[in-house]
Amino acid sequence: MSTMLTRVRQKQIGQMIDAGKRMDGRGLTDYREFTIEEGLIERAEGSARIRLGKTDILVGVKIETGEPFPDTPNDGVLTVNAELVPLASSTFEPGPPDENSIELARIVDRGIRESKAVRSDKLVIEAGKKVFVVFVDVYVLNHDGNLIDASALAAVAALVNTKMPNYEVKDGEVKIKAGYSPLPLNSHPITVTMGKINDKLVVDPGIEEEQVMDARISMAINDDGNICAIQKGCAGYFTPQQILEASKIAKEKAAEIRKKLDW
Amino acid sequence: MSEKPEKLIDKKGVRLDGRKADELRPIKLEVGVLPNADGSAYIEHGKNKILVGVFGPKEMHPKHLSQPDRMVLRCRYHMAPFSVQERKSPAPSRREVELSKVIREALEPSVFTDLYPRAGIDVYIEVLQADGGTRCAAITAASLAIADAGIPMRDLVVACAAGKIDDTVVLDLYDAEDKLGAADVPVALMPNFNAVTLLQMDGILKPAEFETAVNMAVEGCKKIYPMQKEALRTKYMTVKEEVEE
Repeated sequence: MSTMLTRVRQKQIGQMIDAGKRMDGRGLTDYREFTIEEGLIERAEGSARIRLGKTDILVGVKIETGEPFPDTPNDGVLTVNAELVPLASSTFEPGPPDENSIELARIVDRGIRESKAVRSDKLVIEAGKKVFVVFVDVYVLNHDGNLIDASALAAVAALVNTKMPNYEVKDGEVKIKAGYSPLPLNSHPITVTMGKINDKLVVDPGIEEEQVMDARISMAINDDGNICAIQKGCAGYFTPQQILEASKIAKEKAAEIRKKLDW
Repeated sequence: MSEKPEKLIDKKGVRLDGRKADELRPIKLEVGVLPNADGSAYIEHGKNKILVGVFGPKEMHPKHLSQPDRMVLRCRYHMAPFSVQERKSPAPSRREVELSKVIREALEPSVFTDLYPRAGIDVYIEVLQADGGTRCAAITAASLAIADAGIPMRDLVVACAAGKIDDTVVLDLYDAEDKLGAADVPVALMPNFNAVTLLQMDGILKPAEFETAVNMAVEGCKKIYPMQKEALRTKYMTVKEEVEE
């Protein structure tokens, strides 16, 4: 996921960060401004669109009926998929999902799954036979850095916005009734990503910062302020001390975002 | 499916497989096990059995993927269909694609890729039997296989997981603990640099528990590191003996 960045620019970004500043005027632990719009796709059971800086991501939730996994007969099914749509960046190409989109989907999935955000026990129609399947599709419309946090936020926002169809079971047949009820949620995980540039942790890396960062770390924080998922990325490293520092920053930042969103 | 046991760890701190909280499973490492590969290694970590073959440095294929300033490291983590309880389709799953990526990123910091511009190196990991913690065991073996291929490295990469079962933070979870436990934190380390090159987590941990888990996993890595070095030494000791004879 990289385009060309001149050496002068790379050096400049590094020097600014050494001085505790960033190219766009942010402090090292500041997020870019973001806005979330909910429910803009009427055909979907739930949807949300986030703009984080110029990163633009639309998440749609579709709900269908299907079979549960044999090892979890009393739980509905959640699947997360991510599409790096070619119109979002010159580095995205059409074709089957590559490792970047699979990793993105799995990070978002892990945050939602491990925090038990969706009450999967409420998605069962008939134990072992019929359950609701919740499809969360992350659609990247413009790539301006930090797709992980933006996707994770928009995915939870879309789940909050999701309406489950009312139904009744008659003679073993599922009948959809009029009206909707909200998708039952337990938790609202918030994922905070930091890049390591010149040995400093930088929150919410922008697209240019992503090209200079040595390593990346993403931490999902649940409503109680506990960590529920982590992913380190890029071919660099962190010291154990930096990891613990990152976990503290993630906790603070998640609380800040949570306050803004009233989750 | 077997019934879920009431407790994964008893009052005396003994786990279902008889280990203490901070005890590793038995580990066996062997270097140079594949005749056709440039470097190879085999690991048995508890019931995990994993084979790694390294090919390269060689001309990068396809050529357009080669880099003018460094060697490209590629990595494929793959599970044999018979390696798990329910047969796994041999086609790469999304999990395997993700693991291939994070394992590559865990190994890459240890390799002097800039010494072989335009070249490529392939790391093939085959999990023959899985019992929890395969990514860690795979990294430990893959790093040895790269060293065995004679590729200049900053350090070996060694990996180990810590996690939480019931309310206790423990080292090196095996399959049942991974599935029934509360959290799993795999860590890969370059011990001489105190550098963590892989870190993932699933499950819920309080900040203090997370700190304990990271420290425990790092200590676990440091216990495996000498075994890795010994495995390398053993291979070349045998070669030396053959020559002397």
